[in-house]
Amino acid sequence: MSKPRSLSLPGKIGAYTILVLFSLFAIYPVLRVFSLSIRPGNRLLTKSLAIIPENATFHSYYQLFFEEPFLRWMLNSLLVSTIVAIIGVGLATTAGYAFSRYRFPGKNSAMLAIITTQMFPVSMLLLPLFIMLIKLHLYDSYLGLIIAYSATALPFTIWQMKGYYDTIPYSLEEAAMIDGASPVYTFYKIVLPLALPAIAITALFSFMTAWSEYLVAVVLIQDTALFTLPLGLKNYQASMESSWGLYSAGAIIVSLPVVILFMFLSRWLISGLTLGSVKG
Amino acid sequence: MATVELVDVTKIYENDVVAIRNANLKINDKEFVVLVGPSGCGKSTLLRMIAGLEEISSGDLFIDGQRVNDVPPKDRDIAMVFQNYALYPHMNVYDNMAFGLKLRKFPAAEIEKRVREAGEILGISEFLNRKPKALSGGQRQRVAIGRAIVRKPKVFLFDEPLSNLDAKLRVQMRIEINRLHKRLQSTMIYVTHDQVEAMTMGDKIVVLKDGVIQQIDTPMNLYNNPRNLFVAGFIGSPAMNFLQGELISERSLNFRTRGIQISLPPETARALEKTGIKEVILGIRPENIHDVKLTSDRNLSQPIDITIDVVEPIGNEMFLYFRAGDETLCMRTSPDKIYHSGEQIQVALDMDKMYFFNPETEERIA
Repeated sequence: MSKPRSLSLPGKIGAYTILVLFSLFAIYPVLRVFSLSIRPGNRLLTKSLAIIPENATFHSYYQLFFEEPFLRWMLNSLLVSTIVAIIGVGLATTAGYAFSRYRFPGKNSAMLAIITTQMFPVSMLLLPLFIMLIKLHLYDSYLGLIIAYSATALPFTIWQMKGYYDTIPYSLEEAAMIDGASPVYTFYKIVLPLALPAIAITALFSFMTAWSEYLVAVVLIQDTALFTLPLGLKNYQASMESSWGLYSAGAIIVSLPVVILFMFLSRWLISGLTLGSVKG
Repeated sequence: MATVELVDVTKIYENDVVAIRNANLKINDKEFVVLVGPSGCGKSTLLRMIAGLEEISSGDLFIDGQRVNDVPPKDRDIAMVFQNYALYPHMNVYDNMAFGLKLRKFPAAEIEKRVREAGEILGISEFLNRKPKALSGGQRQRVAIGRAIVRKPKVFLFDEPLSNLDAKLRVQMRIEINRLHKRLQSTMIYVTHDQVEAMTMGDKIVVLKDGVIQQIDTPMNLYNNPRNLFVAGFIGSPAMNFLQGELISERSLNFRTRGIQISLPPETARALEKTGIKEVILGIRPENIHDVKLTSDRNLSQPIDITIDVVEPIGNEMFLYFRAGDETLCMRTSPDKIYHSGEQIQVALDMDKMYFFNPETEERIA
């Protein structure tokens, strides 16, 4: 087993300098948005470089939550994204398993067909999606959005799950079979626990697909009560006057759940859980 | 405890590849049977069919007299040790061993007793709480064996269990598995490509090639009476030497190949004349080629002049390689006399230990 290389002092200093620089590079824009969100009034442009502006105030946040329907949109987004993530995990884990382990007619064409759908840009799919959902009477509804998002996220997640299952040695399942486990029991007790890193990625990817999506939502959703966060945010950026304070405060809040989810799942995102089971 | 019987078992894969052709094999109760052959010979497929992991295309498989072709693996009362161990990585050693018993609804106290017992037999008691990845290769192998023995199955199946271990550990585990067999007194079927493992472990050895059983016999019988060219060449290390040549009659029957002529003893000659074949392959094991100066008490052939090509000192013995006819032959000598490459000596073949094969059918004819 390889251990992380230990660096010499100059090496450490060099490594941390580079890491700090890149972190700043990534964090600075977020900080600017944050500083925008706590500026009094509605000022976008300023000469000050201070992160915490003069007369800093959380008024924009207060407004968002108590005067605007922002909380409502947030719940909408949370609902849609969570359901998409659940559907994504449920379908991708099982479909990926079938593609990885079973042989059936049309398997290869199905795999190919699934990945082909990824070749079309969303803007090209918008019209057919729109027409389909209208015919299904799912226009302007959560369900329509959920179906659209699940369909977008699934091809990638199915492939991803299949790829991960391929790395789990089949002999583990054979051993379970001989030990007396049914296929379903083997799937739940042996295969799924080992696939947790891939499931975490599937969940995260599905959630993110729905959480930050704008184009499909803007076409499918008209009712402001059904707005998801990206739609709501865009709402503050009107053609005549943009509410930059609300906009930036919203942007900060929108990114928080993703960060939290990522931190929660990151312990599963480490690979190598199957290390030690077999030697090959 | 159980018997295993295969009757005309054939395995044909979907792409029409025949993995096993008409295998007939009877394994007695408490017997240790080794399936051996080069890679791709179908030995693992045969084992997996007995386990129920591969379907049997045609023929019948009986365990304890009961036909089990359509019985799922879990109901065959077998346990299998995999080449890659196949330990459940997310469970500790205890749970790995207890998994099968829990599924069979054994009472917790009985599970505990059996797992502890197996742990003691295999010397892994102190690792019961560890995950497989915290174990060495040899320890993992023990856990895999432990998982099999807690079940007390009718038949143990081993699929090349030692091939991932280093040479020293392999010898040690070989002895332990032998000891385990004595202790458990159960039927064991063991697959390996290593003929030394096969010879040292098996009560009975099944030699396979290209999906066909070549010979089923005890280790010593296989060594002394190989039925065909393949078995003769596969069993024994270094391998048996082969010389292609012709039979000619001059007073007595002679075997002749480039630069070598050996007049054959009457018994061998009679057997060979009966077949009427003129072209034959002569087989002789390295230990049956002797330095003429050192050996006199054997029924030796006429001396052959050779030049030693390569000398391999092993310590307890020495291998000499030399050219004869178109072949490079190997002879085994005692380390008492030191030879050097380039040295010219006279050697002779032990005429009682010569094997003759038909070059076309590869069957042994004398």
